Amino acid sequence: MTVFARPARAVSIRALFGGLLLALLLALPGTARAQDTTATILSQMPGASLRELAAAVEALAASGDERAVPILNALGEGNLYETEDGGIYIREGRGPILDAATGETTEAVDADALDLIRINNSLRRDISAAIGGLTLMSENPDTRMSAAREMFSTAEPDNIALLEEALAQETDAGVRRVMEQARAAALLRSDISVEDFAAAVAVIAERGDRQALAILNANLANASEAERANIEAGIAAINQSLALQGVAQNVWYGLSLGSVLLLAAIGLAITFGVMGVINMAHGEMVMIGAYVTFMVQEIIRVSYPGLFDYSLAIAVPLAFLVTGLVGVAIERGIIRWLYGRPLETLLATWGLSLIIQQAVRTIFGATNRDVGNPSFMTGAFEVFGLSITWSRLWIVVFAMVVFALLWLVLNKTPLGLQMRAVTQNRRMASSMGIRTPWVDAMTFGLGSGVAGLAGVALSQIDNVSPNLGQGYIIDSFMVVVFGGVGNLWGTLVGAMTLGVVNKFLEPYSGAVLAKILILVFIILFIQRRPRGLFALKGRAVEQ
Amino acid sequence: MTDWTKLTRGVLMAGAMGLSLAGAPAFAQEGDPIKVGILHSLSGTMAISETTLKDVMEMLIEQQNEAGGVLGRPLEPVVVDIASDWPLAAELARRMIEQDEVDVVFGCWTSVCRKSVLPVFEELNSLLFYPVQYEGEESQRNVFYTGAAPNQQAIPAVDYLMNEEGVERWVLAGTDYVYPQTTNLILEQYLRDAGVAEEDIMINYTPFGHSDWQTIVSDIVAFGSEGTKTAVVSTINGDANVPFYRELANQGVDAADIPVVAFSVGEEELSGFDTAPLVGHLAAWNYFMSVDTPENAEFIEAWHAFIGDEERVTNDPMEAHYIGFNMWVEAVEAAGTTDADAVIDSIVGVEVPNLTGGTAVMLPNHHITKPVLIGEIQDDGQFFVVWETEDLVEGDAWSDFLPGSMDLVSDWTDPINCGNYNTVSETCGGSEL
Repeated sequence: MTVFARPARAVSIRALFGGLLLALLLALPGTARAQDTTATILSQMPGASLRELAAAVEALAASGDERAVPILNALGEGNLYETEDGGIYIREGRGPILDAATGETTEAVDADALDLIRINNSLRRDISAAIGGLTLMSENPDTRMSAAREMFSTAEPDNIALLEEALAQETDAGVRRVMEQARAAALLRSDISVEDFAAAVAVIAERGDRQALAILNANLANASEAERANIEAGIAAINQSLALQGVAQNVWYGLSLGSVLLLAAIGLAITFGVMGVINMAHGEMVMIGAYVTFMVQEIIRVSYPGLFDYSLAIAVPLAFLVTGLVGVAIERGIIRWLYGRPLETLLATWGLSLIIQQAVRTIFGATNRDVGNPSFMTGAFEVFGLSITWSRLWIVVFAMVVFALLWLVLNKTPLGLQMRAVTQNRRMASSMGIRTPWVDAMTFGLGSGVAGLAGVALSQIDNVSPNLGQGYIIDSFMVVVFGGVGNLWGTLVGAMTLGVVNKFLEPYSGAVLAKILILVFIILFIQRRPRGLFALKGRAVEQ
Repeated sequence: MTDWTKLTRGVLMAGAMGLSLAGAPAFAQEGDPIKVGILHSLSGTMAISETTLKDVMEMLIEQQNEAGGVLGRPLEPVVVDIASDWPLAAELARRMIEQDEVDVVFGCWTSVCRKSVLPVFEELNSLLFYPVQYEGEESQRNVFYTGAAPNQQAIPAVDYLMNEEGVERWVLAGTDYVYPQTTNLILEQYLRDAGVAEEDIMINYTPFGHSDWQTIVSDIVAFGSEGTKTAVVSTINGDANVPFYRELANQGVDAADIPVVAFSVGEEELSGFDTAPLVGHLAAWNYFMSVDTPENAEFIEAWHAFIGDEERVTNDPMEAHYIGFNMWVEAVEAAGTTDADAVIDSIVGVEVPNLTGGTAVMLPNHHITKPVLIGEIQDDGQFFVVWETEDLVEGDAWSDFLPGSMDLVSDWTDPINCGNYNTVSETCGGSEL
């Protein structure tokens, strides 16, 4: 049926364009010419191939029309739509539909009739280069900044005049610096005098990052003897600061990996370290914690989308409670019958871990579940050239908070006191009136609950799938054994050491070999110190 | 419902009727059922990918039974769970063939699964249809490779990056096992032959399920910031992909600067996370759910109806099973029997439509013809096809870029009848037959 409607609509749109053009032609000759080209370019876009779209982008950039930037932005961000009758519209998300040519809201089209204009990477690059050229003198300093960065990375000699014009009126110091660097990079690609060359090299060397290094290296070959020394000095300085940055980066990555290990292992430090239970289902507690996060986000998505950024805050206590209760159930149902029989405990909890995995697989399906990052956990920021991602930073903070809380619980609460009493001498504690079975259940529940907290954190960086826990169980045991059984500080130091050592090894040996080397290192270490880094002393050890 | 399905069904019905009339006086759906084995992991690590393939096979069998079965006999699926345990896979394959007496098996995902069941199929002379893209360097008489060989996925993807994106520096990142290792070996040789210098290729392997990608991603960023266009060719498999892409997004690796082309990431893998930060990263496959053909629309509709969930996606290995199953049906109809030797003879040259508007032909080397599509990830978890080969590409069992295998060809028709025939010495080198 639409087949019959289409020609009539197309005619009306064309008529509209025509009328608009005529009106503008009569009113403002200057703008009208630009509008003319924009409208013509837009009329060619529906159904265009990627190649034709690239030509349209170039034409739009050259048109000088003020509508070009919003149209290009919309195309680059996937907000530009076409309709079957040849119209081009802009729509951000579920917002109002704008006519691309005029930028005004239109009621003439139905949202269902809009077809997204899809683009590829090379078109995306063309668009950002074009926008860079068009927005270099924008009002907004952030826009100017990104335009200047774009100019730096393209380093096109054709842009030198434009950059100089922009520099003449630039007031923001930061933007000015990037513009000067962009100008220098472009100058180095064109024929310039000796003095200009030296000045450009100095500007680039001052930048001091890898891109600067690449530009300097590229220019080393066509520099004269005198300049060569200058460039080499610049290269050496950059290399030195990069080496320092590399060390700082490895330390940070190591701490971040260490805090992931700490989170995964700290629950085990309670169940295995304090209680001596080899709990192979520990990883599955982590996994359940991650699935609780998924459930919380799912409910929020459906019912209260506005609360999404608080989803983790809601998930943290819930995950602790759910996994804690599962832990208590496991202790009451299975483990309490097996105290003092480590091999049976190991086998029973191993079987349990398989059962939990398959149960989760049956309920939630085998595929990964989508757990989103709240806005405060996305992206990265730079400190001294070091890029730090927010999600990792928050996980480090979270791990420290969990560690501190757990330490307080163990050392400053009656429950902690009873736990330590029971683990040190069960019969004595019992005769002092402590309900040891109840303390056992609480201790195991606490350890499992902390594993659930780890699951909330891990859901932000890893897959939420039934296999989530398996990947961490070996590492967790490694950390606890290395750090010293029964000692929270040992677990902290152990996790951080393993994380940092791993990250320093990885660049040289590769991820596979690094893992093997760490294992060998731990085996040798345990040979020397069977009780780990922080060994418990005293009578408790002899049990 | 398009015309061709009706037509094919009509032809199949007529064929079935004709055969049954010519043979015994029986009608469609009578006689003993033909047993079809489905050998996939329904639990364990690989369940994430393989469960879907079990479902799609059950759907195809159901459809075929509605259309009158094969040779006038109904099909009966025999499903086992190999639990991501490869020695168990070989054991269950043997049980399927010997005790359940299946006539054909569709199964396996990983290369190690295929390698461990191979001897069973050879010894008991049965048929295996293997639906996943793999590293090549193999051709076996009893196995039909309906997934892509390296020249149907990896090489065209690299060509695309080289010619269309102007890539000059390459990161080959993979999981540490046979498929990525062999593929990267082939790709490295191919790149070196194309004039890429040794220092412009970075090869990196990670363990299965690797989750801390900070160092590797920052290495990639450093490698890519030297002024020349850099791309990542990823053979990273399974669960490690989600943290990898998350880290890429977090460290701000933009697809327009450093595109990642993946060979093991499809619609199913992407259904687990938000793809908005990944828009523009690439994947090379022979099928995408977004391909707009009537065949595909019908397949997706049938899949959604069968599985009862409109959200479920389709992917490349599912298409491979669709093609493989239809080929087997045609070969059995042509041979008039499900006997393995007869089907092996009759299946070579069989043509069936694929879901992307072309035809798949079974070649003498037991690989099939496929189009190669390059897709860019979209924010809805689907792929937008940005490039495709003009013609269908013939699967090549033995890579032309590895010293040991460039002289080898595979041809399971007379007179060669050999999986690794050496064209120089004109002998069937090392074949057990």
